[in-house]
Amino acid sequence: MSTVTTKVKAVINGIPVEVDQGATILEAARKAQVNIPTLCKHADLAPSAGCGICIVKVKGNRKLLRSCCTPIEEGMDITTQDPEIVQTRRTVLELILSNHPTDCLVCGRNNDCELQKICADFGIRDDRFERTLPNLPVDKSTGTIILEPRKCIKCGRCIDVCQNMQDVWALSFIDRGFKTRISPAGDIKLAESPCVRCGQCSAHCPTGAIFENDETQKVWEFLQDPENHCVVQIAPAVRVAVGEGFGYPVGTNLTKKLYALLRRLGFKTVFDTNFGADLTIMEEGSEFVERLTKGKGPLPLITSCCPAWVDYLEKYDGDMISLFSTAKSPHEMVGALTKTYYAQKQKIDPAKIKVISIMPCTAKKYEISRNEDMSSSGYQDVDVSLTTRELIRMIKQAGVNFNDLPDEEADQMLGEYAGAGTIFGATGGVMEAALRTAYFAITGENLKDVNFTAVRGLQGVKETTVNVKGTDVRIAVAHGLKNVKYVMDKVRDAIKNNKPLPYHFIEVMACPGGCVGGGGQPYMVTDEVRRQRAKGLYDEDAALKVRCSHENKHVQQLYKDFLEKPLSHTSHKLLHTKYVPRPLYIK
Amino acid sequence: MVAETLKDDVKAVVTRWKDKEGNLIMILHDIQDRYGYVPREAALEVSRQTDMPLARIYEVLTFYNYFKLKAPGKFNISVCLGTACYLKGAAALIEEIRHILHVDEGQTTKDGLFHLQIVRCLGCCGLAPVITVDDKVYSAVKRSDVMGIIAEHSKNV
Repeated sequence: MSTVTTKVKAVINGIPVEVDQGATILEAARKAQVNIPTLCKHADLAPSAGCGICIVKVKGNRKLLRSCCTPIEEGMDITTQDPEIVQTRRTVLELILSNHPTDCLVCGRNNDCELQKICADFGIRDDRFERTLPNLPVDKSTGTIILEPRKCIKCGRCIDVCQNMQDVWALSFIDRGFKTRISPAGDIKLAESPCVRCGQCSAHCPTGAIFENDETQKVWEFLQDPENHCVVQIAPAVRVAVGEGFGYPVGTNLTKKLYALLRRLGFKTVFDTNFGADLTIMEEGSEFVERLTKGKGPLPLITSCCPAWVDYLEKYDGDMISLFSTAKSPHEMVGALTKTYYAQKQKIDPAKIKVISIMPCTAKKYEISRNEDMSSSGYQDVDVSLTTRELIRMIKQAGVNFNDLPDEEADQMLGEYAGAGTIFGATGGVMEAALRTAYFAITGENLKDVNFTAVRGLQGVKETTVNVKGTDVRIAVAHGLKNVKYVMDKVRDAIKNNKPLPYHFIEVMACPGGCVGGGGQPYMVTDEVRRQRAKGLYDEDAALKVRCSHENKHVQQLYKDFLEKPLSHTSHKLLHTKYVPRPLYIK
Repeated sequence: MVAETLKDDVKAVVTRWKDKEGNLIMILHDIQDRYGYVPREAALEVSRQTDMPLARIYEVLTFYNYFKLKAPGKFNISVCLGTACYLKGAAALIEEIRHILHVDEGQTTKDGLFHLQIVRCLGCCGLAPVITVDDKVYSAVKRSDVMGIIAEHSKNV
């Protein structure tokens, strides 16, 4: 079926444009090389017409129209800037500022704030209106993201993200008029709400109203104590996003420079979470094969390496817990093995090891102490989890220049990885990595072509069937929590009505695009940015000699020397966990 | 205090409005009629029974002034601050009530007896300043009358 898109002609600032019918003035203006400022519209979200900055004039209409939500009509003659428009935008900004604190120097978003930038552009120099600040408390309850409603400009992005993009419904607008504020239902704390700490609200907030719990100081303190042996690991998606903080093109893969950099920051050992990803595949892949071929446990198997998804499932899909893979997430595996396997081999007292993981994610901050299994080594397996944004700040504080760094390698034992490990950072990557190894485990043969392109890309739910030597394996990949319901409801329906299972294996990532679009990644993400970051990972995978987790020599060595085999007693003790249904509200 | 029959109460209300589009406001009205306010337990129960996120329910509850989230007092004292009452010294009456009951506007005394609310014009400006306690109207109230009005009700408990 082909659809014909009707085109609409209009004029913007005297320049003729032709756009698809339904395009807004804001979108069309970009075609005419005109940038209309806005504080509420985000590429990921539908317009909310919340801020009033993007106003324009349309000939024949006496009102100023908000360009974000006004579709272009045939023959429209639009003006996006003249002295009156600029003055009106200025007044709107001054009104926003009349209830916004001006302590920018000590705000987390200092120098990276959309409101600050637009105020700078408009040259706001004084307070035209008397400032009245709401007396609203800071909410640090989740330990992952900090809510500071005082700094909120009521653009509504976080609420759209939380309710519609993520289907979590933790955040909402409470009250009305001047009293309007962002809050969980009934002014409870975020940690008492269904919040799953995905951090997408913080990645979309234009100001410092929602900000990651910055733990860089804690890491500096660890690094400063000579008694400590500080070990760092980086998640797959961090390597293709950190460069954005230093002017590299989106998607540049900086793995080897990052290793060098982390050593310059003072880390004694540099591991890679990609190794943990390979190991997760060994454990989770074995779990899958056992369930599929030996009936040891129910199907479909659902992936569990995304902590926001774990939190979501425990709260919203508690009936599905038996389907969840018990395998821990990659950075937890690396943490547990650092304080056992590595400590024993290197004769380091595990009490002195501090494991810091650099993640694209805010939920990892919660995961590291979510239950007692996260201390399987006898110590908390991962001591601190930083987001990519925090790492960027640490690098800037240290003053290390990326460009001047040599390429270095990760440290041995828990540092080498296969291509399968690196694609974990993109939606579909875990599935693809698992299929590569599961195929081998089931058939005893390696795939001729390890690329499963059907599970790649940004479509919300990807469903496909893979033929494993005569056996059809049905799989689904969902990313962005709103897409989970479709998949889970299909499974529920099949179980309830005794129908054949729709899938054997399901991958879920809470954030759209997977970890490359994680809540702890640099700001201003769009689908194009997600694609570019993912490309950085897929390109690396394609260039690596070893593409499959089971062929990772260091993983093989680890099983030989320490774990024995996947799902062994030691594996279960160190690399697996459990889940419990949790109430949506604890208050 | 929330009745033990809460689940069934909510069920009856939800069933009543089940097929009506945009039924949340009607459901919440019925619940407030039943309890005098919308207790959190009831809001949670509505959320469970209607599959409506609690966040959405509170968006509606806090948007409309009409809905109360806290239990009202046994007696509801309304002090008029309309123009006439204001000019005739209603502010002093509020001051006196605050002093005697230790409550601010919109609050209920710790013993749950009195709830203080401020209203704008009760439509009997000739009687200013006016206080009502539930349905009973007190006209041309002086500051020194307030103690008596409160006492009149507290002794009836």
